[in-house]
Amino acid sequence: MGSRASTLLREEEIEEIKKETGFSHSQITRLYSRFTSLDKGENGTLSREDFQRIPELAINPLGDRIINAFFPEGEDQVNFRGFMRTLAHFRPIEDNEKNKNYSGDFIAFRLYDLDRDDKISRDELLQVLRMMVGVNISDEQLGSIADRTIQEADTNGDNSISFNEFIKVLEKVDVEQKMSIRFLH
Amino acid sequence: MAALWTLSLLLSAYPGCLGLTPPAELPQPHNQPPLLGFNSSSGGLSMDLPVALRVFSMDYHHVQAPFEIVLWIMLASLAKLGFHWSGRVPAVVPESCLLIMVGLLVGGVIYGVRHSAPPTLSANSFFLFLLPPIVLDAGYFLPGRLFFENLGTILWYAVLGTLWNVLGIGLSLYGVCLLAQSSLGDVSLLHCLLFGSLIAAVDPVAVLSVFQEMHVNDQLHILVFGESLLNDAVTVVLYKLFESFLRLPSVSGVDVLLGGCRVVMVGLGGLCVGLFFGLVAALTSRFTSRAQVIAPLFVFLYSYLSYLTSEMLHLSGIMAIVTCAVTMKQYVEANVSERSNTSIQYFLKMWSSVSETLIFIFLGVSTIQDVHMWSWPFVCSTLLLCLVWRATGVLLLTAVVNKFRRNAVTFRDQFIIAYGGLRGAICFSLVFLIDDFPKKRLFITTTIVVILFTVFVQGMTIKPLVELLDVKRKKRALPTVSEEIHSRLIDHLLAGIEDVVGYWGQHYWKDKFEQFNKKYLRRFLIHEDHQARSSILRVYQELERREQRGDEEAPPIVDPHSNSRPLLPEEMDSIRRILSRNLQNFNNKQTPAYSRHTLHQDATKDKIRRPLYRHQSLGERYTYDTITHWSQREDREFDGSHRARAGLSRSHTVCSMSSRPILQDCMVPAASAQAQQVDRKTSSTREDRISPQHQIPMGRAPKKHLSFFLENEK
Repeated sequence: MGSRASTLLREEEIEEIKKETGFSHSQITRLYSRFTSLDKGENGTLSREDFQRIPELAINPLGDRIINAFFPEGEDQVNFRGFMRTLAHFRPIEDNEKNKNYSGDFIAFRLYDLDRDDKISRDELLQVLRMMVGVNISDEQLGSIADRTIQEADTNGDNSISFNEFIKVLEKVDVEQKMSIRFLH
Repeated sequence: MAALWTLSLLLSAYPGCLGLTPPAELPQPHNQPPLLGFNSSSGGLSMDLPVALRVFSMDYHHVQAPFEIVLWIMLASLAKLGFHWSGRVPAVVPESCLLIMVGLLVGGVIYGVRHSAPPTLSANSFFLFLLPPIVLDAGYFLPGRLFFENLGTILWYAVLGTLWNVLGIGLSLYGVCLLAQSSLGDVSLLHCLLFGSLIAAVDPVAVLSVFQEMHVNDQLHILVFGESLLNDAVTVVLYKLFESFLRLPSVSGVDVLLGGCRVVMVGLGGLCVGLFFGLVAALTSRFTSRAQVIAPLFVFLYSYLSYLTSEMLHLSGIMAIVTCAVTMKQYVEANVSERSNTSIQYFLKMWSSVSETLIFIFLGVSTIQDVHMWSWPFVCSTLLLCLVWRATGVLLLTAVVNKFRRNAVTFRDQFIIAYGGLRGAICFSLVFLIDDFPKKRLFITTTIVVILFTVFVQGMTIKPLVELLDVKRKKRALPTVSEEIHSRLIDHLLAGIEDVVGYWGQHYWKDKFEQFNKKYLRRFLIHEDHQARSSILRVYQELERREQRGDEEAPPIVDPHSNSRPLLPEEMDSIRRILSRNLQNFNNKQTPAYSRHTLHQDATKDKIRRPLYRHQSLGERYTYDTITHWSQREDREFDGSHRARAGLSRSHTVCSMSSRPILQDCMVPAASAQAQQVDRKTSSTREDRISPQHQIPMGRAPKKHLSFFLENEK
């Protein structure tokens, strides 16, 4: 089928993705088959609806935001390259390779920071808290929790959390909880 | 405290002395006229009065068996009490050691009084009565998620590690016997293998009692503990296998192969039996709403039944009972009332505590015997080989398994795993069950020595070693609020990414199981009323029910304060509690490790069916108690009793969130908070000691207070 052929992955593309993201050949092909299985419209890109069709993601309280993280600013479709780029943030890496901007922490930050101004403001924090917490906490309590969160992280007193401050807090989070996923070889 | 000790010693001498009397009394009944019904038939001690009616008589035989049992239990419990009151000793010496020493003492006393061996721990009573409560308790409070996450590694250690140890120790011991032909020549290879099979197994009771005082990181704890639980299947099979080989005229390769199949069958069979009984128990508990008082009974009955059934079928009883407990726990907890849940947990703790104490005391008592046979080469080489083979086994296995694990097992952890391989009462009972042969006494002696060595030497030194090696401990400090929120966020994020990737990893299977659970199991096994989908929903429903019932409700009062004030430590605490309660706990990180002495409840299971309304005096006493208790508390695990005193409330330091820094913080403002509270107390339900800034002149603000109530009422 004609439309299918254009979505087949070419060797050069695999090489490029490999260089860019560090995944292995087999991982890339496997993820590609996952990509195509999600791509119901068979047009080589994923839309938000494709993601929302994943059942477990639908019940994830942060599901929408996670889906958002895949889509570059303002766009509604993500191709395989973009897909892989986002996933690359979660590749298990050795400590010496650690690049702050290319790690899962960055995506986590993006989950908070909707307007992408590199700062988590109190409102953004409140929104995420509300999503995670549910119905039975009043707004004032949530507000004080958010305030406390900002207070603990904020070092330069601008009442919002910058990326660096965020990283510092995450460093204290339990090391066992590694921000990486085991992609099968 | 000294009084307790003397009392317990006296008590122990009591049965010993009484034991002296019965043989002397037996000839008497024949002399007594059979007129008097009540005590002549059993031939008790009685005063030889010419009068027909005896005013005072004593009939020991009539009550001998239960009397002695009760005395032993009493002795065990008093010893335990004394132990906890004895100051610094618990910090240095693990409880198991002390109990064995008490047992030794008592055994010595009895031996001195009776000049014959004191009663020993019969293998039957051990396996049928003493072991099940401990294993049930362990299974019921097993940190589920952690266990299943590490299940592969645990099985790896349990099955392969035990095999390695058994074969290694057995064969090397045979080598030693060959070398020391003169004294040990008649110990055959099969005997050595049999001995190896029983001595190699790590004992859950001993491991539990030592590790729970150590607070190592959860992963390490579950590895050692899980291994000790699961290696029962392998041990039992190998033991029975070698025993039956001993009886066979010859052993062929087919037999060995069959033995291997048997391991699998025993393990899986135990698992299935446990599953079956667990599901039946869950189903039964669904219908107990009208007879709530007996609901706990079903839990115990079904678990014990599963154990007995698998023992009957020669399957692994430990696996059965653990599986049963793990299976039925979530359904039972959802079905039965809050009080029944508490009863279940308390009874489990109590029985397992008593059992454990009894086991250790009997271990001590049984050491004093006539049947010892000593042989330096055998004993010393056994000790050495146990250590060596365990160490090498752990090293090798970990090297392989680390390749498949996300969080590698570090060398320090490996050392603790190897060093923490304590032997205990299971080996002891098994050695008594061996068919008699000339060197059986040697085996018994060696087993006792190994047990005592591991429990005393390894048990006492492992705690300092843990500190010396700086093994990663359980996180003591409470995570700050932001850490908690961010880590939850990361949990969700990772789970979501795994879903996107379609990774059939733990999250995937866990989700699949959860869906199956929700769709079929929960609907079938849980009473309709309790089927609320999420804990948050349950809270919401409870709230609605409350409001519908129309209790004293004033509209919520708006907090006049601005948001920039720094939070008091009590508020911090309450926030933390709210978060732990309400944040969808994906990772279940807060599940505390197992502890014998305290009732930790699962953080995610909201038991909010307790009435939220509390009488003023109750509330005040509760808060007062917790604050003063905090000030008294040292870093001891067994202060569960203190917490329990505050109305069986789930302590705020539960879920491994206990921390001294926070407690000390709380002490200072506690006094002031209390003072403010007392001043401001006008309404009758003033529970929230947490937020003195909320001006509540009159009435209550249910919605706002509710979330503070929610953790208060535990």
